[in-house]
Amino acid sequence: MVVGQIPAQQAAEFSVDLPRRKAVGWVFIALGLLSILFALFILLLLLYDVVHRGLPYLTWEFLTGFDSRFPSRAGVLAALAGTVYMMGFTILFALPLGIMAAIYLEEYAGDSWFANAVQINISNLASVPSIIYGLLGLQVFVRVMGLNRSVLAGALTMALVILPIIIVASREALRSVPPSIRDASLALGATKWQTIRHHVLPYAVSGIMTGNILAAARAIGESAPLIAIGALTFVPFTPNSPLDLFTVLPIQIFNWTSRPQEAFHDVAAAGIIVLLVVLLILNSLAIFLRWRFRTQF
Amino acid sequence: MQNSAVFRPDLYPPRTSLRGNPKRVFIENGVHTVLAAAAGLAILVTIGIVIAIGTDAFQFFLRVPLSEFLFDTVWTPLFADKRFGIWALVSATVLTSLIALVVSLPLGLIIAIFLSEFAAPRVRDVLKPTLEVLAGIPTVVYGFFALTFITPIIQDWFLNFGIEVSTFNALSAGFVMGIMIIPLVSSLSEDALSAVPQALREGAYGLGATRFEVAWRVVVPAALSGIVASFILALSRAVGETMIVAIAAGQNPTFTFNPFVPIATMTAYIVQVSLGDTPYGSLEYFTLFAVGATLFVLTFLMNIASFWFVRRFREEYD
Repeated sequence: MVVGQIPAQQAAEFSVDLPRRKAVGWVFIALGLLSILFALFILLLLLYDVVHRGLPYLTWEFLTGFDSRFPSRAGVLAALAGTVYMMGFTILFALPLGIMAAIYLEEYAGDSWFANAVQINISNLASVPSIIYGLLGLQVFVRVMGLNRSVLAGALTMALVILPIIIVASREALRSVPPSIRDASLALGATKWQTIRHHVLPYAVSGIMTGNILAAARAIGESAPLIAIGALTFVPFTPNSPLDLFTVLPIQIFNWTSRPQEAFHDVAAAGIIVLLVVLLILNSLAIFLRWRFRTQF
Repeated sequence: MQNSAVFRPDLYPPRTSLRGNPKRVFIENGVHTVLAAAAGLAILVTIGIVIAIGTDAFQFFLRVPLSEFLFDTVWTPLFADKRFGIWALVSATVLTSLIALVVSLPLGLIIAIFLSEFAAPRVRDVLKPTLEVLAGIPTVVYGFFALTFITPIIQDWFLNFGIEVSTFNALSAGFVMGIMIIPLVSSLSEDALSAVPQALREGAYGLGATRFEVAWRVVVPAALSGIVASFILALSRAVGETMIVAIAAGQNPTFTFNPFVPIATMTAYIVQVSLGDTPYGSLEYFTLFAVGATLFVLTFLMNIASFWFVRRFREEYD
């Protein structure tokens, strides 16, 4: 777009009525505030709906019991254990790979065709619908690798979902380390890897961890890819090995929500409270880490 | 220009300068290779998606003619009388996504302009993370909210006009999806708005423009490419969204644009089939990948469009 002359029509529109023009601004400010309030109001309604319905069902028996056909006896333990178990493996796969890819792109790659290809792929993968990863997991992990609908298959699938998020977050953390730190280390004769290992990573680690925790929070709430690989919705046991069948919190909530009895909606709400509390803890941890280890250069 | 703070990997000593110490050379080269391999995984995943989905989508099209897939409007692969018209699913996806965009684009853009051009920095620092909470809530929770809270309200309200709204409908799912997408639109658009150089604003103020005129007539047009890119990403997000529509919009493939009746989006259909026990190699199994491929191609095109928009229409300053 070229900024050229003011078109005659717009010039004719120009009005010297300053109070009116300023009033338009005030109307817009009101509109902006109202929009934000509206969004936050819906958020409050959501929280109210969940807490109001779920709280009566949120008992000790709910936290320590297994799923049931009777709303009053249904518990969330299998899903909670499945989430923790699967997330452990997801982090195990995604964290090292993501950080390594980020270090490569940020410190080594420069402007090569390979680096560009990787970057384009990562930004595309970040916006591929998560259920597509589920179909990939179904073909590769469940069928070809023969992992069945196990914790391991779920964790591998979920690792692919959050890999782009981890890479982007870790790159940002690495980029925030000033080049002068690298220059100083290199000037003293350290090799490139020694510089990264002993000087860049220690400064970046809190930022990397913050990004990873947020990625983990995303994975905990994600259910579509796991449904696609066929994770079960009724699991009356906690997984004991990586090859066991499993379920996770969001799938359990989905299952309860889709049952016809109204009472199960309240059970689902209780499950949502558990899920939101887990996410709240993780997010607080991320905010705390960011605040505790922030470094000013 | 002074030696800038940009990190230039090419300025660092080349790896050959370590020639004197074979162990160090070995470690340096090894680390470089391993890190490059980890990064290369991203390319492998993309290829994996294309192959994994492509082969079985191909299997599907060996059995069902492409013309039926593209031109029929009835989708009944799970019934005795099987028909495979993808439009029954695509129309549902288009409908829910459009409703979501009607909610999220205006609200997101207004909030972005407000935060970037009007709000005091301290107000912005509080409001922005609060809005981001909306994006952090799991989609299954939004689905629950749509079904158990918004749908009854919509049903009551439309009954005043004699319109009977079904328990599963596109309106409720689309509305809640729109609320979920607001932070995506607002934060990406705000990034684009705040990237507009201050000199442009000052120039407009110097000519006597009011604050709103500066924002609306100078800053927004200058940031238009970024704003449009955020709109396209919002659409891509809505098209790929799964749990909200699977829970609240129904699992009933119908070619319709009526927002009050049960439908099934492409993603909801994948969920529906995945929940059942579909044996490998059956036609039902292959439909998963035909639908998945359609979904992948659609979102892929939108991502490319968004890249292209940012590049093609970016205003270059400095």
